[in-house]
This record gives sequence, structure tokens and C-alpha cells, in this order.
Amino acid sequence: MEQLLNVKNLTIKFGGLTAVNTVNMQIGDNNLVGLIGPNGAGKTTVFNMLTGVYKPTSGKIDFNGERIDGIKPYDITSKRIARTFQNIRLFKDLTVLQNVMVSFDFQAKTTLLGSIFHSPHQMKEEAKMKEEAMEYLKIMKLDDKADELAKNLPYGEQRRLEIARALAAKPKLLLLDEPAAGMNPQETAELTEMIRWIKEEFKISVLLIEHDMKLVMNVCEYIYVLSFGEIIASGVPEEIQKNPKVIEAYLGKGA
Amino acid sequence: MEEQMKDTAFDKSVIVKTYIKYAIIIGVLFAIYGIALLLIQRGILDSYTLRVVKTAGIFMIAAFGLNLILGYTGQLTMGHAAFMSIGAYGSAIMTQKFNMPYGVSLLVGILAAAILAALIGYPILRLKGDYLAICTLGFGEIVKVVIQNIDYVGGARGMTSIPVKTSLMTIFFCVALCFAIIKNLIHSSKGRAIMSVREDDIAAEAMGINPTKYKMISFVLGSAMAGLAGGLYAHFNTFIDPVTFNYAKSFDFITYVVLGGMGSVSGTVVGTAILVFLPESLRGLSEVFKENRMLIYAIMLVALMIFRPNGILGTKEITVKGIANWCKRIYAKITHKGDKTAKAGE
Repeated sequence: MEQLLNVKNLTIKFGGLTAVNTVNMQIGDNNLVGLIGPNGAGKTTVFNMLTGVYKPTSGKIDFNGERIDGIKPYDITSKRIARTFQNIRLFKDLTVLQNVMVSFDFQAKTTLLGSIFHSPHQMKEEAKMKEEAMEYLKIMKLDDKADELAKNLPYGEQRRLEIARALAAKPKLLLLDEPAAGMNPQETAELTEMIRWIKEEFKISVLLIEHDMKLVMNVCEYIYVLSFGEIIASGVPEEIQKNPKVIEAYLGKGA
Repeated sequence: MEEQMKDTAFDKSVIVKTYIKYAIIIGVLFAIYGIALLLIQRGILDSYTLRVVKTAGIFMIAAFGLNLILGYTGQLTMGHAAFMSIGAYGSAIMTQKFNMPYGVSLLVGILAAAILAALIGYPILRLKGDYLAICTLGFGEIVKVVIQNIDYVGGARGMTSIPVKTSLMTIFFCVALCFAIIKNLIHSSKGRAIMSVREDDIAAEAMGINPTKYKMISFVLGSAMAGLAGGLYAHFNTFIDPVTFNYAKSFDFITYVVLGGMGSVSGTVVGTAILVFLPESLRGLSEVFKENRMLIYAIMLVALMIFRPNGILGTKEITVKGIANWCKRIYAKITHKGDKTAKAGE
């Protein structure tokens, strides 16, 4: 079967340390997949390889029929993979609207000269971008804060803005790195609904790292469990919950 | 979603409005220039003041370029004056040795600075923060020493008797043009990309932006402006030597930009104007001020940085709307006070 994302024997070594070892993963079209595991298991490292931040030592990543391992992060984004960050990385001194509009730049057609002299085409494109960005902000319920600086948003809204910014890159695969970190139970519940809605509305696949098991078990259709750099289990949520290896990895032997 | 995006209604009147705005701005610029000419004719602006104004204008252009690199892109470069010297020498050679028209010589100066910036920027813009600063500082000194050893351009003696060609008009409209270029660039998609690199280059990369590309764009454009300033300076001062453009000059530009507010074009105007006029205006005061001119200048700088650490304007801009709002607030305050006193009177 043709998969959207196909990861084969992905390995990365930092000096003598093998952080991620022969990881195999598949994500299909319009899938919601979770990647869980104890702290330091290598989840974010997998994300960083998928998005080109790290170059894998060996292994292969195919996305949409193209090989993407080892190419630059901005090229990977233009092949429609977008991400959020575990420790929020917004453009703090830009406005909320500008943050989202940054994601349109690689999709824009205006030349540098057009930008400098504000050609009619540029003005047209700019107006279109603004309108589109507002749509994404509306989805994330941030449209009333469009002109505020990103650094002045409360924590939960900063997380939502990161998702809006990633969506504006019009991804086929959205990678969410601990989207619920630091949120209260009510915010997490809202986020759960939002993630599910995004997947249905935009017809995209989502891969998420999360420690909040309630969220993961609730939304994910399939789960990979990573421990010490290796996939120790994979399956639907019900299987994972009962898997003795997973319980051992989280709670220790004899639990 | 796709369909929604294809057919967003775009009001053509926006374009017309923008061009009307441009026309008004150009009109206002000519008016300001006319007033300046009138002042000169009436003798209110003497030749000394005029010289200071021209100097401020030329330095402003170079400072605009630095603001793009330092303020908007967040790349600390300490060799900005070197690009000014390239522009100055490039254009001076053209007019003096090849008898080229002034416009062509300015263009050569701009191109020379831009090409050099592209050549040097490609390897060094991979460096970050202090490493980039040291590297550009070294580059500036290299340029100085190289020019000192080229006899064709006079070596350490410098180039003399360059024809005077830079008029107030040229400077005035070059300042306006550079101001507009930066302002327009920043308010476009490319400008946002440039600022996103300053804010967080890892996140920018994840959003599809090639940081090296945008750093290069701003570095080359900023250096080209320094080249233009150099060309103007050479044909204004009639004498240039390599030491004029040493690291001290680069730091001057950094001071202008930081004082005015990094990431504010009008801030650069204010910062440069203040810092060029301040030492000159202290000259006219009493004996004590005259002797300790630079000391007072330094104290003022320190005080400004303590009370306005983000520069005079921060990242804000002076806009017509802003001034109007400010006037309204002041007016409201005055009328409000009037009410109060009236009530107290009762």
C-alpha cells in the first residue's frame, strides 16, 4: 500500500551514543498517529530527523513518494511537512498575524523587486495572504488577537498560534511536539477536539508526541511506543494499553 | 479550503489608493525641499549648517543599510564603513580617472559594494553573533589596509580633489528613496521572512524560509546602501582616505542605529540626526561645553541607553497617523484640564 510517510531503519548516532536505532514507521493518508515513550526515549530526535534538523546516520525517509532524509528543513517544509516545537518557538516580536503570514513566504510568487517597490501584484498577494492568515487565526480562535505581539499571548494561546502557523504552511503531514504541554485539563480537552477537527477539515495526517495519555488514547488511531531509541510496540490504543512491554517501559519491571 | 483561497475578492482601489499616497508623499518631499531652498536663499541656513545637514543625510543612508542588517535581520556586523569606503573609492575613481558622469559613478560605487558584500557574505553569514561581529570587524580592517597599499588611489594619502557633485537635492532624495525601499521591503512577505530569521532562525527554517538566502539579501542590500553613501560622501567632501572609514566609523553607524531604535527606520533618522547635530551644536555653547564637547556627548549617550535601552523609538515608527493621534491626545488632555479648572472655579 502506498503510504504518505515511510520511515525505514532510521538511525542516528551522536558520537558513541545511538539516540535512535532502526526505527520503522508508516503513516497513511489522513491518519492520526501518536508517538509516545518515556523521557529521553528519542521522540523529538525522530521529529528532528523527519523535519531535516538532524541528518540521520543511516536509514531512509520517504514522504509522498520522494526521499527526504538529509535535505534542508525549508525544503522539507515546501514538500508539505510542517511542525510545532516542544519549547514554543514563535517569532516573539512579530504580531500574531505576522507569525502566521511568515508561513506563506515560500508559497508566494512576488519577486524581491516587487516587494521593494510594492508592485500591484505584490499588493494583491499581500491582501490575499492577510485574508488567508485571518482564516487560520479564526480556526485557532486567535482572530481577535491578530495585532498583538506573539510574546504577549498567554501560554495556551501561544501553543495554538504555533499550530496555526504550521497549518498555514499547508502541510500534508503535521507534526505536533507535545501540543498539550503546560495546558490545564479543560484546555487539553479543547485541544483534543481541535486536533481531531483539523485532521478531518484539512484532510491531513497528524503525528503527535504527547505525554498526556488521555489525549493520546483519545485521538490517536495508531500508536508507536519509543523507548531508549527503539520502537518497542505499535498498534491501536487498546493494544498499547495492555502491552506488558509498554507498561514495563513506563513503570519499571514487576509493575 | 482550496476554493476559498483561489477567489478572494481583491479591491482594486487599494492599488489606486497606494499610488495616490505615493504621489502625496513625493509632493510633500518636494515641498520640504522647496522650503529648505528658501531657507538657504534667505540666509537662515548658513553654509556651515548646510554642511552638517548634508553630512547627516549621507550618514543616514549608510545607517539605513546597517539598520536592515542589524535591526531587522539581527546580524551584528562591525565592518559597515568598509562598504562605504568601497563605494567612495569606486565612484571617485570613475569620476576622477575615467571622467564618467556622476550618476554612473554612483552606480558603480553601489555595485562594487554589493558585489563585495555578496562575495564575503556567502561564507561569513553562516557565523552567528559575536563570531560574525569579529569576522566583519577583521574584514573592515583588511579593506582599509588594502586600500592603503594601492598607489593608484593614493594609498594612505587618500584621494584628493574629487569633483564636488553631491548637491542637497541628491542627498535628500537618496535618503527618501532608501527610506522607502527599507520601509516597503519590511512591509512585505520578504520583510517578514527577514524578521523571522532575526526572531528564531530554527523556527523560520521549519516554516520554509531559507535563512542564508534572506541574510544574504539584507546584507547585500544594506551594503549597497553603504556604497551609495560612500559615493555621495566622496563627491561631497572632495577628499577621502582609508582611515576615514575605519572601525570607528563602523561603530558610529552602530551607535546611530542602536540609539534610534533597532528595527525602526524613522528611529534611524532620529538617531543619526541627533548624533550628528549634537556634537556640532555643543560647539556653539560656552567655553566649558566647547572644551568638553565629546565628554558631554558620551554622557548623553550613556544616559539615553539607561533611560531608553531599546533606543529612542524602539521598534516603533513615526507615522502621520501616530502624530495625529498624539496631537489628539494632547488636545484632549488640555480640554480635559480646562474642564477641571472650570469645575474648580464653580
